[in-house]
Amino acid sequence: MARRTPLNEAHRKLGARMVDFAGWDMPVQYSSVIAEHEAVRTAVGLFDVSHMGEIEFNGPGALQTVNRLISNDLARCADGQAVYAGLLNDQGGFVDDIVVYRFSPERILICVNASNRDKDFAWMREHAQGVQPVDRGDDFSQIAVQGPKAPGLVQRLTRVDLSRIGTYRFAEGEVAGVKCIVSRTGYTGEDGFELYCPPDAAEKLWNALLAEGQADGVKPAGLGARDSLRTEMKYALYGNDIDDAHTALEAGLGWIVKLDKPEGFIGKDALVAQKAAGVKRKLVGFELTGSGIPRHGYAIHKDGKPVGEVTSGTMGPSVKKPIGMGYVPTELAAEGSTFDVDIRGRPVPAVVVKTPFLKKS
Amino acid sequence: MSEKIPSELKYTEEHEWARLQGSSAVVGVTDHAQGSLGDVVYVELPKVGATLTKGKQFGVIESTKAVSELYAPLSGKVLKVNSDLTDNPTDINTDPYGDGWILELELTDTQEVSGLLSAEAYADLLKNA
Repeated sequence: MARRTPLNEAHRKLGARMVDFAGWDMPVQYSSVIAEHEAVRTAVGLFDVSHMGEIEFNGPGALQTVNRLISNDLARCADGQAVYAGLLNDQGGFVDDIVVYRFSPERILICVNASNRDKDFAWMREHAQGVQPVDRGDDFSQIAVQGPKAPGLVQRLTRVDLSRIGTYRFAEGEVAGVKCIVSRTGYTGEDGFELYCPPDAAEKLWNALLAEGQADGVKPAGLGARDSLRTEMKYALYGNDIDDAHTALEAGLGWIVKLDKPEGFIGKDALVAQKAAGVKRKLVGFELTGSGIPRHGYAIHKDGKPVGEVTSGTMGPSVKKPIGMGYVPTELAAEGSTFDVDIRGRPVPAVVVKTPFLKKS
Repeated sequence: MSEKIPSELKYTEEHEWARLQGSSAVVGVTDHAQGSLGDVVYVELPKVGATLTKGKQFGVIESTKAVSELYAPLSGKVLKVNSDLTDNPTDINTDPYGDGWILELELTDTQEVSGLLSAEAYADLLKNA
């Protein structure tokens, strides 16, 4: 039986089509993936992301403990700042990709993928030196408010001055009378917030955002739109574009790997070695120049021989092109390189393009 | 949700419809099919002149998330394909029995029509699904 978020009934009342996602009963769409995608690009969309996990490190030395577990460097962050990072295995592959919130050097909260909640917690327990992790996943629901009209909408429901919360910054305060962590983060490429709140208040917050957002053209948005929005930005999805077998460098996420931080981190040695030897394959973004849609798992061919695999793909609702990501040998990774995607036995030509696919005007 | 099932059309268990016009038939997918697929973003169609066999796959319809196969409701030669779907695949969502038509067939064997479902039988199929 799939787990339900506190908003499950609300989704059903809104006519959502529900699917099992990582063991959770989640809305994939309410009316139309394309309409929900467009609402986020042009107005504002609401996502229930309560299935995401939260893990906390609390106590003296929390920052040092976490910093040895993650690829990015919390010491370079200020209190009230969040950072995207990897939890890496010894080979430099991903245990998970996470967002780490630094409340203070003694209080760190980590948001993890729904599919990896238990695995991450066990991994942290095994590897944490000093402060021990606490699973806070059941203490938080999470609503993502995303789109150009998101800041205006959230501001009308809170006294927190949102203009003081920059990108990847957060604050604590009430939204619609609900105590929240207000985080200026997201997975869509648009401005907006992720609101962490107590589960018993999630429906109140959701309904307040829906009601107040009517004037903005707010739409509830499901996993379908979440996927097309993130794909247009080339944001990686764990299990598709990143996993335990591909390293952070191969995934093009060298920017979240701080090889020079003094305490080091798990996976560092492998990445140092890989960097020295040269990265042999890379995750690229490509457009099809022929007709079709690339999908996860399709083979990538060069001169008729398999050389890689598509990890994500869609018809980009905003870019209006069939786009995808995939791992290819480094010699095919440069912008303008060409290869074929095998779509049901038919080779469809593709070209590597600059990403994000979505160009902001 | 009430799904449209026009009474003058014939249906298949694969959620395709056929509008019979003498020895030819226009073919598409049903309102139920488009609703379950979600926004259609791509349709792969056979060429005019291709021969289709009843029950065999003749094309592919892709929504934002899923790839689904299209099966020929009847055997025949493709007379026309709806090339407007290349630019406007969502016509299948907005007007599955009209602008969202997929192709027109010259039937090989009009006897095959008797194997299709009536609107009532198709409605029962959906009810019991």
